Amino acid sequence: MGRRILHIDFNGFFASVECFFDPSIRAFPVAVTGDPEKRHGIVLAKNQLAKQFGVKTGEAIWEAKQKCPKLVCVAPHYDQYVRFSHLGRELYHEYSDLVEPFGLDENWVDVTGRTRDFHEAIDLANEIRERVHAEIGITVSVGVADNKIFAKLGSDLKKPDAVSAVLPDNYRDVAWRLPVGDLLMVGPSTKNRLNRYGIMTIGDLAKTDPAFLHAQLGKAGLTLYRFANGQDTSPVLPYGFETPVKSVGNGITAPRDLVNDDDVRLTVLMLSESVSRRLREHGFRANVIALSVRDCGLFSFTRQRRLKAPTFLTDEILDTAMQLFSENYDWQRPIRSLTVCASDLWPVDRPMQLNLFGEEEHRKRLETAERAIDGIRSRFGYHAVLRGRLLTDRTIGVMNPREEHVSHPVGYRA
Amino acid sequence: MKVYVGVETYTDEVGHTLPRVVHWTDGRRFEIQKVLDERRAASLKAGGNGVRYTCLINGQTAFLFFEDPRWFVDAVKN
Repeated sequence: MGRRILHIDFNGFFASVECFFDPSIRAFPVAVTGDPEKRHGIVLAKNQLAKQFGVKTGEAIWEAKQKCPKLVCVAPHYDQYVRFSHLGRELYHEYSDLVEPFGLDENWVDVTGRTRDFHEAIDLANEIRERVHAEIGITVSVGVADNKIFAKLGSDLKKPDAVSAVLPDNYRDVAWRLPVGDLLMVGPSTKNRLNRYGIMTIGDLAKTDPAFLHAQLGKAGLTLYRFANGQDTSPVLPYGFETPVKSVGNGITAPRDLVNDDDVRLTVLMLSESVSRRLREHGFRANVIALSVRDCGLFSFTRQRRLKAPTFLTDEILDTAMQLFSENYDWQRPIRSLTVCASDLWPVDRPMQLNLFGEEEHRKRLETAERAIDGIRSRFGYHAVLRGRLLTDRTIGVMNPREEHVSHPVGYRA
Repeated sequence: MKVYVGVETYTDEVGHTLPRVVHWTDGRRFEIQKVLDERRAASLKAGGNGVRYTCLINGQTAFLFFEDPRWFVDAVKN
């Protein structure tokens, strides 16, 4: 007998929370949107009614309003989303100590120890679904399966407020019919590649020769083959388990388009400072710095470079990112957003090759200075100490990218 | 409608807290005769969630919600 795993997903999470708190908007199509003033005016989430009008997450507010003129746009309340997320996890914890969050609104719960068979697991799933609605006030969809991948597929099958099972005796009928893009880890570009080989459904993928998939997609091909066949064995990790940090990045959509090297340098400086501080917080130096650029036509690219020696110094991150920028951008268009990312991380206590030509003492001093600034900021706030350069353009320079613009990517595989 | 109210509470020696008196927005004071039920619940009507106390006030039952750290009232059943 295998495992019994639930995947519990809050339906239309942000929009559900907003509708819950404001009964007057429940009857209307609702979208939670970013602040258009700050040029974050996109749809972050929408409710079921808005979905029926074809409103999509990620599109601009004006696009959404063209499809649905009566769309009610509300600002996000992240503190509430975090609170609801906690309430959900607290409830799931009454059933199992193995509760693994996947973003704010999704959780895997391993209920193997509490149930004898799938019937009991489905009953339990229904009990949790009803309790969430009664006690928290919004709805969930639950998938029941013997592995995390099919459990997640299951929770997408029927929405809202429903339980679906993808079990060893029915997954060929239920899961294999679905388009291959529904499978976890199959993003748009992988989906296109698979489609080109005639692999349209999860069933097609499951029946493809793994050697072929390996040849086309490398290791990921074999992983996908196992996923499609329900052979995922990854455990539900207990709550609080943190996957090791593999990279540290900060990106920002600037309040106005960036039109020259000075604007870019200022923004990259701000981002580099934030990345370097977070590297220190996690106790790492980075070997690779990457810069992503998106212009106002939404064309984007990423370039990266390996450093001579691992670093967490703002200036070294800045210089590398700016080198990447000047070598790769020709100013055809103004720039909308920039992201600086540090990867190939080494713990700070790992021995490293020192430079023989005397720069080390200087670097050591800079490190000490940066740590001192960290100390001041943690006591008195980000704005207590600023580089003079950041004050040259207050619309761009005086933001706090660490607090306001940390992206929270969710990776399934560590 | 969701109405936030003032509440006097009593905390016993094991740390369990129960509401005793509700202070209505217009200054009236309602003694809670008995707490009939206590559970986690959401109020869809008011748009709030927390611990719901079913209280007996003037011989009628009423829901009183503790939405940490504030208290709100859902509706009074006649």
